[in-house]
Amino acid sequence: MAHIEIQNLSKSYRVYQKKEGLAASFGGLFRRRYRTVEAVRGIDLEVEQGEFVAFLGPNGAGKTTTLKLLSGVITPTGGTARVLGHVPWKRENAYRRRFALVMGQKNQLWWDLPAAESFRLHQHIYRIEPERFDRTRDELTDLLGVRHLLSQPVRELSLGERMKMELIAALLHSPDVLFLDEPTIGLDVIAQYNIQRFLRHYQQVRKITILLTSHYMKDVAALCRRVVVIASGRIIYDGSLSGIVDRFGGHKVISLQFTSGQIPADLARYGEVLSEVAPRARLRVARNLVPEVLAGLLARHVVEDVTVEDPPLEEVIAEMFSSAEKPTVSQLGQVPELLEEE
Amino acid sequence: MHALAATWWTVLRISLEERLVYRGDFALSTLMRFLPIVTQIFLWAAVFSATTKTEIAGYRYEEFVAYYLLTMITRAFSSMPGLASGIARDIRDGTVKKYLIQPIDMLGFLLAYRIAHKLVYYVVALGPFALVFFLCRGFFDGWPAPHMMAAYVASLVMAFLLGFFLEATIGMIGFWFLEVSSLLFVYMLFNFFFSGHMFPIDMLPGIWGELVRMLPLQYLAYFPSAVFLGKVTGVELARGLLVQLGWVVFFIVTSRLAFHFGVRRYSGYGG
Repeated sequence: MAHIEIQNLSKSYRVYQKKEGLAASFGGLFRRRYRTVEAVRGIDLEVEQGEFVAFLGPNGAGKTTTLKLLSGVITPTGGTARVLGHVPWKRENAYRRRFALVMGQKNQLWWDLPAAESFRLHQHIYRIEPERFDRTRDELTDLLGVRHLLSQPVRELSLGERMKMELIAALLHSPDVLFLDEPTIGLDVIAQYNIQRFLRHYQQVRKITILLTSHYMKDVAALCRRVVVIASGRIIYDGSLSGIVDRFGGHKVISLQFTSGQIPADLARYGEVLSEVAPRARLRVARNLVPEVLAGLLARHVVEDVTVEDPPLEEVIAEMFSSAEKPTVSQLGQVPELLEEE
Repeated sequence: MHALAATWWTVLRISLEERLVYRGDFALSTLMRFLPIVTQIFLWAAVFSATTKTEIAGYRYEEFVAYYLLTMITRAFSSMPGLASGIARDIRDGTVKKYLIQPIDMLGFLLAYRIAHKLVYYVVALGPFALVFFLCRGFFDGWPAPHMMAAYVASLVMAFLLGFFLEATIGMIGFWFLEVSSLLFVYMLFNFFFSGHMFPIDMLPGIWGELVRMLPLQYLAYFPSAVFLGKVTGVELARGLLVQLGWVVFFIVTSRLAFHFGVRRYSGYGG
């Protein structure tokens, strides 16, 4: 059953444009220029129950806007969406009791009080049965290893510990759909890993539907089979993570170790030399030329070891983002309409 | 119904705990409240010593002092420090999202929070207030009759509700204008002069007096004190209480509408 159905969803904002300087500030008192920013431009997406989907995209691509639309914080300019059968922006309590949104950069817990108090408040807001509440809270705090921190004021917790508490607060009411907006932002490697491990475990056991945005490829690679790439408000890819490399990674990296101990002087004619530290060298070669280049290299030089690898995922994604951004840059004059209003 | 009451109770309890975290700040701000009134008492003492009149605008010296002391109590109910600016800040920095995502009513939540805030304040302030009133008992002509006392308590409770919903409405202007601090400043200024905080508003002559009596502000300071002092009685008292109730209802509705339309406009500032 599809938990999330989105059709032609779009959202545009109007932002005030202010030129630099004091004169412009005074001018802005009388006449303001607005620019329409199309954050989301017609998205179609269907997510089945129990899927763990990653939203990837550069900053400002429309990921967070989409999550805000799906959690009912904002109303779309066009299109429709249904989550668990509800229209999110109607903000019905029946819907609000069944999903949760966690934002890595915002906290919902009471700053000066122990997390246990915020949890207690959630118990009542979400009308969780006392026994179920105790059970869920103990289970979650044990899984994340923070039970001993329950009675410590939130302001005295580390960033990683706080994030764990945020996650617990969001999961106490056992939501069927969970939106995670950069949940591991700013965390150290260990805290990131712990949160990843927890999310994977929780999702597998509970079979809930999760949409995640993250800039950490490690999060995505560890958690999500399905990846949706958004750039300039449109979906440009929907598939597996490895599929991204096949489709957008136009290059492969050939690593060579020469028996002679010397690196051939004419290496650059085979491809872009990424590094050369005798006797090893790394070459970047267009995917379709790999067989030809390899054959040529092996015919002319004595090679002790050779590997052919996909480029690092981050690199492929950066390439994909920049190629997706290009058309909009060239259309800048036309796309974001400049509207003048008195 | 039971679930709603339980939620309220939890909000109240947690707010109380939060308020008690900063005990020192709280005790100090409570004591500081008594400072302005001392200057008022000295001012009127100076005014009366410079004139041969025993009454100014219908108030004797003792009545002035009693009035200011009572106004202090009314203000303890009706003033809402940080409410409007807090709502505006939550709108600007995106914290308001919490109330859109979670199945909780923002105004209800803030009201429970504010009641808790006030309760802690009364507990802390009770001692100092009792002491000041005991020392100043000579300025009062005894306790009002029971029915006047009842009217006084009713007007105090309504002063609290009016203060809350009026300031909440002002805070919601933040949905339209992200910065409301100068607007708040103007409101505070008006409130100071026309609520009766600065002087009893029935002192104002002619058209100004008429105008100020049409505003809801007098119910935030002047009216309850005047009821206690027996300045408003009979039909006038009943009408006053009804008008005050009318203003409370008006601002409950206005704040609800402002929230409804404000949220519509809200586009999720602050990431």
